[in-house]
Amino acid sequence: MDWGNILELSMRELIGVQAIVFALAAIGINVQFGYTGLLNFGQAAFAAVGGYGIAVIVTTYDMSFWLGLVVAIAGAIVLALLLGIPTLRLRADYLAIVTIAASEIVRLVGRSASGREVFGGSDGITGFSNTFYDFNPFTEPVSFGPFEFRERVLWVLAVGWVLVALCTLTVWLLMRSPWGRVLKGIREDEDAVRSLGKNVYAYKMQSLVIGGVMGALAGVVYSLFQGAMQPDVYATNFTFFAYAILILGGAATVFGPVLGAAIVWFAFQFIDLALRGAIQQGYIPDWLMDSNDTGAVRFMLTGVVLVLLLVFRPQGILGDRREIALDAR
Amino acid sequence: MQKLARCLGALLAVLAAVLLATPAVAQGSGETIHGTLTYQDAPVAGVTITVTTADGADVGTVQTAADGTWEVPVPGPGDYAVTLDAATLPSTAPGVARDTIETTVNPQQRKVVLFRVGTPEDDGGEQPAPEGEPSEGGEDETPGSGSAESEAGGDVTATGGNNQLLQLFVSGLRFGLILGLAGLGLSLVFGTTGLTNFAHGELIVFGAVTALLLNQAGIPVLMAALLATLISAVFGWGQDRGFWRPLRKKPTGLIALMIISIGVSLILRYLTQFIIGGGRETYDEYTYQDPISIGPISITPRDLIIMGICVVLLAAVALALTRTRMGKATRAVADNPALAAASGINVDRVITLVWTVGTALAGLSGVFFGMIQGVDYLMGMRILLLVFAATVLGGLGTAWGAMVGALIVGIFIEVSAYVVPSELKTAGVLVVLILILLVRPQGILGRRERVG
Repeated sequence: MDWGNILELSMRELIGVQAIVFALAAIGINVQFGYTGLLNFGQAAFAAVGGYGIAVIVTTYDMSFWLGLVVAIAGAIVLALLLGIPTLRLRADYLAIVTIAASEIVRLVGRSASGREVFGGSDGITGFSNTFYDFNPFTEPVSFGPFEFRERVLWVLAVGWVLVALCTLTVWLLMRSPWGRVLKGIREDEDAVRSLGKNVYAYKMQSLVIGGVMGALAGVVYSLFQGAMQPDVYATNFTFFAYAILILGGAATVFGPVLGAAIVWFAFQFIDLALRGAIQQGYIPDWLMDSNDTGAVRFMLTGVVLVLLLVFRPQGILGDRREIALDAR
Repeated sequence: MQKLARCLGALLAVLAAVLLATPAVAQGSGETIHGTLTYQDAPVAGVTITVTTADGADVGTVQTAADGTWEVPVPGPGDYAVTLDAATLPSTAPGVARDTIETTVNPQQRKVVLFRVGTPEDDGGEQPAPEGEPSEGGEDETPGSGSAESEAGGDVTATGGNNQLLQLFVSGLRFGLILGLAGLGLSLVFGTTGLTNFAHGELIVFGAVTALLLNQAGIPVLMAALLATLISAVFGWGQDRGFWRPLRKKPTGLIALMIISIGVSLILRYLTQFIIGGGRETYDEYTYQDPISIGPISITPRDLIIMGICVVLLAAVALALTRTRMGKATRAVADNPALAAASGINVDRVITLVWTVGTALAGLSGVFFGMIQGVDYLMGMRILLLVFAATVLGGLGTAWGAMVGALIVGIFIEVSAYVVPSELKTAGVLVVLILILLVRPQGILGRRERVG
């Protein structure tokens, strides 16, 4: 097996588009879950709304790319309001169930044959990313050491990491503000905050909206990179991945989601390539697994890591054990 | 409790004997792609259909028979493209929505591919299954209902008008009863421990897959179903004793436990994929039966018996909860664990019992779902959302609520197919769930209390 090659390909994923997308989604969940204690299990829905916002406006209705961006973000805000209004007054698990249901609703409606005219059915929508790539300042592939990036990828990476940086900065600024302290207060003891005269419901809603918009950005970046908006990308696993990433990096920390995303995608790529290599070389017998099974192994490992982290190190890599909302009822 | 266990055991044995007496229809192995071509409910004959492999090599060309059916044997599992030659359509048929359908055939699958004859602008036509999704088409799919997202009820014979509504209602009743069986464990575990178990869907799959593996090892389906239920019970017992109880003792917060359950569900779900692959598998018996007519409705004997077992088991649990000591203890723990413990109830024993019985029932319901829709590794997630909808609808944590909610969800999901496209019926139920939370967050039977 060519370990050098495997390592090199895996290193690329440290800063790859997948890492960007899941970092954005996880930063959003961090605002909601890490800082406010809201269990949003529907981040996939926000991402899908972001992706559909652009795709539907540009391809289906043939309107401007910029309007698409606005619709993507407005869509996420509306979705957050829709989900928040019935559930934010209820116990945490109601929000969890409703958001996970919402993410399936968005996906099922998106892939339905009856909505094919607008949402493109299960094949999804293509042909909306031209405007984005027209702005690409990179005209030829660029190499950093052993890594060569094609101009298209480079442009997505540049925009994506700027977005990640902006979101991280926003979270950092928000969470050191009085507003952020109220959020943390809600996470620690909702009733205490309420008795101080704060409108807990409104703060929760604002947190849900901000996190949701970041989720929509994740969807926008991913669909622009793929050049296609496919509903099945945004199944519930998308959300669960983002949670695993957030908890690995450290919930309620500013850099936790970014660190988590980079590590997780590096590890995924590495495990995938190493397993495939081992199968090709015959180190792993055929009856045990073939190269189609590597995907399943990756998901199983995600599950194992999630369980082990929460049992033994719930604060993740960067977090502070006293600062997480895991004991709330 | 022992009484309850004995009752359940005896019931299962009796019902197994009854089921064994009903004939099963044998099915062939070997992969084929087949379908029925219809236009306005009439078969279309003499249309040329060609199957090629993904890289364009010809596999076979057939003409549809007088009853509109066609079948092309394929050399093995893989990706194929099925093309309908629109030029050979009769002049009465205006065209076809999509004349080429790409599809993936899994090992031993008889893949259904349906062309939607109509004006080319029509919506619909069959969609290719996306990667990783279970592909549509088990043995028992009837034309018009083949969709990867379709839930139970794929084998309802469609007839016209009120009759169809009635048929859908019965199908919904069947679905709701199985769902009730599946959801009891979730609801009871939530009631006694406060854990919203996201891995509950995988407990359902666990039963289905255990039965499938036993069946593939040569054990008849009914024996396998019985064994799978028992193994599920052991699995539930072991899971609580070996995993959840130590976590509760640690102690671990409820939200942490919820996310842990997501981790568990990922592990179990992809372990299932690892073992049975990404396709849809079926048991070797009871996948298809000729329906019998009872008054205006037609139903297969298999479904009747499944519904009977569900009713009996649900009633047994309800009786056990109200009449037996252990059942009363369970309700006491659900009401107030600390007080229950103080009054001498062994809370840990109650919780272990709830896990054992809940997992066993979930496993059995998984076998039923497996008989009706086939077994695939994603079925847990699909059913879990409906179980959530059912329990929240009925009132989280109450056993009666779970049953009532399941019946409502089951009937609603099937009957809604009368107005909503069948691929959207799950989405419809979830929308209703959200709407109900708006008006009555404690659920239909939940106690009115502040839930936030």
